[in-house]
Amino acid sequence: MRAFRRLLLMAALLGLWEAAARLLAIPAYILPPPSAVGVGLYRGFRSGIFIENIWITMLETFLGFVLGASTGFLLGTAVALSRRFEYYLYPIIIMFQAMPKVALAPLIIVWFGLDLTSKVINAGLVCFFPLMVNTIAGLRAADEDRISLMRSLAATPAQIFWMLRLPGALPSIFAGLEIAMIFALIGAIVAEFVGAQSGLGVLIQSMNFSMDVAGQFSVLFILSLIGLALNGIVTAVRRRVVFWDNNGRGHQLGGKP
Amino acid sequence: MPPQDELIAVKGLTRRYGAVTALDHVNLTIASGALVAIVGPSGCGKSTLLRILAGLMPPTEGEAWLQGSRIEGPRRDIGVVFQTPVLFPWRSVLDNVLLPVDVQRLGRDKMRATAMNLLRMVGLEGFETHLPNQLSGGMQQRAALVRALIHDPSVLLMDEPFGALDAMTREQMNVELQRIWLERRKTIVFVTHSVGEAVFLADRVVVMSPRPGRIVDTLDIDFPRPRPLSVMNTEAFGVHVSRIREKLNATGGLE
Ligand SMILES: Nc1ncnc2c1ncn2[C@@H]1O[C@H](COP(=O)(O)OP(=O)(O)OP(=O)(O)O)[C@@H](O)[C@H]1O
Ligand SMILES: [Mg+2]
Repeated sequence: MRAFRRLLLMAALLGLWEAAARLLAIPAYILPPPSAVGVGLYRGFRSGIFIENIWITMLETFLGFVLGASTGFLLGTAVALSRRFEYYLYPIIIMFQAMPKVALAPLIIVWFGLDLTSKVINAGLVCFFPLMVNTIAGLRAADEDRISLMRSLAATPAQIFWMLRLPGALPSIFAGLEIAMIFALIGAIVAEFVGAQSGLGVLIQSMNFSMDVAGQFSVLFILSLIGLALNGIVTAVRRRVVFWDNNGRGHQLGGKP
Repeated sequence: MPPQDELIAVKGLTRRYGAVTALDHVNLTIASGALVAIVGPSGCGKSTLLRILAGLMPPTEGEAWLQGSRIEGPRRDIGVVFQTPVLFPWRSVLDNVLLPVDVQRLGRDKMRATAMNLLRMVGLEGFETHLPNQLSGGMQQRAALVRALIHDPSVLLMDEPFGALDAMTREQMNVELQRIWLERRKTIVFVTHSVGEAVFLADRVVVMSPRPGRIVDTLDIDFPRPRPLSVMNTEAFGVHVSRIREKLNATGGLE
């Protein structure tokens, strides 16, 4: 019943939008009615232009996510486990984080060219930080009593890491992965805006250029679906891996793209 | 070198945390196979003493010996039960109990049957596959006890293991512990807040003063074993209890 009301509200909002666009005669290049967006979606999919660009953007996002997440995880682990590493490297990493990394995108394009590589690197740069901080926080949060217990059994530091710290950090690491996934999408789109030959970001720009606002809305709609799907994948994996902690939220340490 | 029949020997042991002196020149010897209880007010250094014996922390001064060698770090043949269960939430009860087996690579397959027997003994049969957060506090602490026993250590260090349990479960656990001890003849050092628990369980009760922790009295308790719970209602039991209480009160301890 509540789900039904939720759908009803969405439909009502769309109806209101449609009515307003038509009755107030808002020009389609300012705000197209949802029906025009629907037509734009249909055309885009029929011509195959969406499929091709969705594939490219998702590939960039996914590879960037893998690159950024693994770097973030490794750096986070090193910082959490080694005082020396933390002392020398952490200030540099923090300074790097203070810089809005999307501002790096033009440079990345210059360095790595217009094709896939630069998008992957930009997506990776944007998404590595949330994973790093969440990994550090998770590994550091290991309960003192549990560490004492492991030590009392004469466990080696490696055993303490694999049997206690890492599993204990998983809820926090997955919280980081959820953010990182979305950040990777942002990074990929921004890099496409700055310089690319294909991808949904390029599509938005060319539609903008030809004043196809309905088309842009349809791409935005697709992007939010992609975001939801990517987030859904991470959440589903988390549920299986972190089975003992199913209110997983409340761990996220953010950062900004 | 301490004499051989003394499994644990503590000499002039002092532990300071910054300006706080937790233990002040503690001397104590514990014979092999003994069940010694340590009572004392909160903050008198009982946990500190146990942590030093477990090799988790070095003393500031003095020394602690175990089986003829100085304690310099954790050892494999010690089982520790902490004030809280300290279970790993991602491990099932059985896997939690097998943690020492995994750490010390004793062979899971070989030890599974032992684990099942011990779990049955403490009444956790049927809960092997449950996660810790599906157990009550008392059940969790029983799992922690089984985990301390699984690798069959010669020494058990127990830090108020039953402090968080209700009175009834606690008495059951005391009877259970006595049974395990009679069966396996481990050396047990048992820290508690409860004078009654100490007198019921121990061969010897060590009374400590408030901070800085010193040993102010040692009593030998020689009720025959196995002791039934009804021993608590005897006059001799009451005499011991009130002597310990007096000591604790005289030194400003509570209870
Ligand atoms: N890690 C620590 N850092 C600083 N001071 C500590 C630390 N651990 C214990 N202390 C101090 O040492 C004293 C003894 O602590 P300990 O935990 O050994 O007491 P306890 O007898 O076990 O108390 P309780 O019965 O409440 O568990 C306390 O006063 C405490 O303030
Ligand atoms: Mg204590």
